[in-house]
Amino acid sequence: METITKTKLPENEVKQELKKKTTVRIQGSEAVVRSLIEEGANLIFGYPGGAIMPVYDEFYKVQDKIHHVLTRHEQGAIHAAQGFARSSGKVGVVIATSGPGATNLITGIADAQIDSTPLVCITGQVGSNLLGSDAFQETDIVSISTPVTKWNYQITKASEIPGVIAKAFYIARSGRPGPVLIDITKDAQFDEFDFSYKKCEKIRSYHPVPEMDPEKVKEAAEMINKAKKPFVVFGQGVVLAQAEEELRNLIEKADIPAASTLLGLSALPTDHNLNMGMVGMHGHYAPNVLTNECDVLIAIGMRFDDRVTGNLDTYAKQAKIIHFDIDPAEIDKNVKTDIAVLGTVKETLAELIPLIDKNKNQKWHQEFHDLRKIEYDRIIHPQTKPTQEKLTMGEVIAAVNEQTNGDAILVSDVGQNQMMTSRYGKFNITKSKITSGGLGTMGFGLPASMGAKLGRPDREVVAFIGDGGFQMTIQELGTIMQTKIPVKIVVLNNEFLGMVRQWQELFFDRRYASTVMTNPDFVKIVEGYGIKAKRVSKREDLKDAIADMIASEDAYFVEVIVEKEENVFPMIPSGASVSDVRLK
Amino acid sequence: MEKQLYTISVYTENNLGLLNRIATIFLKRHVNIESLTVSSTEIEHVSRFIIVANITEDEAKKIIKQIEKQIEVIKAFYHTNDEAIYLQSALFKVKSKLLFEKRQIQNIIKKSNARIVTVNPEFFVLEKSGRKEEIEELYDGLAEYGIMQFVRSGRISVTKEEMKITELLEKELV
Repeated sequence: METITKTKLPENEVKQELKKKTTVRIQGSEAVVRSLIEEGANLIFGYPGGAIMPVYDEFYKVQDKIHHVLTRHEQGAIHAAQGFARSSGKVGVVIATSGPGATNLITGIADAQIDSTPLVCITGQVGSNLLGSDAFQETDIVSISTPVTKWNYQITKASEIPGVIAKAFYIARSGRPGPVLIDITKDAQFDEFDFSYKKCEKIRSYHPVPEMDPEKVKEAAEMINKAKKPFVVFGQGVVLAQAEEELRNLIEKADIPAASTLLGLSALPTDHNLNMGMVGMHGHYAPNVLTNECDVLIAIGMRFDDRVTGNLDTYAKQAKIIHFDIDPAEIDKNVKTDIAVLGTVKETLAELIPLIDKNKNQKWHQEFHDLRKIEYDRIIHPQTKPTQEKLTMGEVIAAVNEQTNGDAILVSDVGQNQMMTSRYGKFNITKSKITSGGLGTMGFGLPASMGAKLGRPDREVVAFIGDGGFQMTIQELGTIMQTKIPVKIVVLNNEFLGMVRQWQELFFDRRYASTVMTNPDFVKIVEGYGIKAKRVSKREDLKDAIADMIASEDAYFVEVIVEKEENVFPMIPSGASVSDVRLK
Repeated sequence: MEKQLYTISVYTENNLGLLNRIATIFLKRHVNIESLTVSSTEIEHVSRFIIVANITEDEAKKIIKQIEKQIEVIKAFYHTNDEAIYLQSALFKVKSKLLFEKRQIQNIIKKSNARIVTVNPEFFVLEKSGRKEEIEELYDGLAEYGIMQFVRSGRISVTKEEMKITELLEKELV
């Protein structure tokens, strides 16, 4: 009897001792920093201010563990974090103060939400005793961010910090990724508590990955095996699930032509013989037209955005639709499917491939190649090898492809520069196309390229930005200067808000309302930031300028004066059918 | 597709901010909420939202999926009026002297199965639970004599089919 008691006691003591060792009494602000380190977040983008100062004080002490990048605006910080997340596949972390600091994050949060980018955003908040008193720099950021976050939470007690941060990282990266926001009151940053950290692996009400139904996979395989004109449209889901290899194996085995959405670009190498280009409003001619000719449309990790489908009433009506996606809310949201296969596309495609018959679809491929030839002759060739006097956007992108061999990460802003980069950019490697897709946020490009480069320092990062979007976040040149981020920036200057001007030309009788830009001397501005800069306005100077830019070890800026009124074609006019895609 | 009243039941963790999060899903789609009730349930720490909206079945399905996507939502369902057992509660405040002066009022109360909650020299309060139409009938009956105050709750409902939320939660805890 006695021995039993004796053996029991030390056990309890050991447990007590262990508990003592794993907890440590610290302030909330230090807990934030320690939690970030626990999550492996060693790179953070942010901007300090009153309500977040205790956390910044802790950053000061751990500069060897956490690299904090001071941007010039909170919007720059969040777009940089998005670029980081998209190039590295890791969770991006942003930190800002209360009030305007927090509200300046909103555009980036909305962008990350619609483009499924994993972010953890931390904002300071006024002391909990001041909540609701309209205190200095108080704003109800939890309410403001609710519709554009995957999850958000306000911490008012220091003891909540590790648990909530653990939950935030788990939610941001799991399932269909997205942005989360944690708002921490200033008193919670100051208060002391016993800190210990445990990673979050489960939340009882949250099912990040729906269970795969093998029956559905079988049905899908049967339908694909019977198809005469199968067609794959893949999206960013392939990149997020790291299913690039599965995608390739599937289309190669069954010889299925495939096309990408805007965010799916680079999941399949551009020059793969089954890659038919991009679908959508300014996508390629063949995949748009043949969307309405295929007999089975296999959608993989994409969400049938209206810019992809055009008029839904005439979208692929002849085809059976198979939809592979992780998010049940995407099934039947825009396009009614015949077979929905839920799960990560990595898992579901791996299950599908063994059930797929080897096939050859030569005649069907020929239809793509015939249309591709038409597009090449009428659009691609004149845009990338122009004979006109003025430089075209397409030839600038082609010149960059030539210098990088298609191995670079191409970041684009929004508008004509984005569509030209998407159409003409060459991608050999996945996670190489970073752009604001769903939200179409002008100003995204420059800060996103900084984050992309910091996320993948081993890769060349080239940003293509219009003269409009460049000026929306031009202040981030200061971040590039201070942090010495060797990004390559190409501004395609047509002295217009080009995409809006194109619509005005086509649909508003050339009434160019507020789209003419009177621009400053960009080269002088960039040089003012100590960044090497060059302006190109003649074709004979283009190649050398791009070569110098790519060869540079440091950040480098090239402004190219391009044709003022160039249009992006093909184009599916808003509300038209994909098969009514216009070549002029 | 035709619009009709759907009862949307949502089982959630009892967390701050969820009401806002769920409401924004309706607002984003420009859908007006006809009535809303939030209460605790038979399961500890689990809340139940009962939302009534005039929508098509397609909208109901899409709204349900968006609600279920929220991290702290355990399960959401939609039901037509035929598939749920539901009622609302209403309180009527009426001048006491009417009770004595107008015999007809006593008949109305009797016929409606309403309950007198309190009586004092100035006013009395009637409580009536039932379908919206039953409450409206009582309202119309009393209105001609004058109602001092009237309030009606949101719909509360239980479903005819079994919801198995406890099992669902237990499964998740394993």
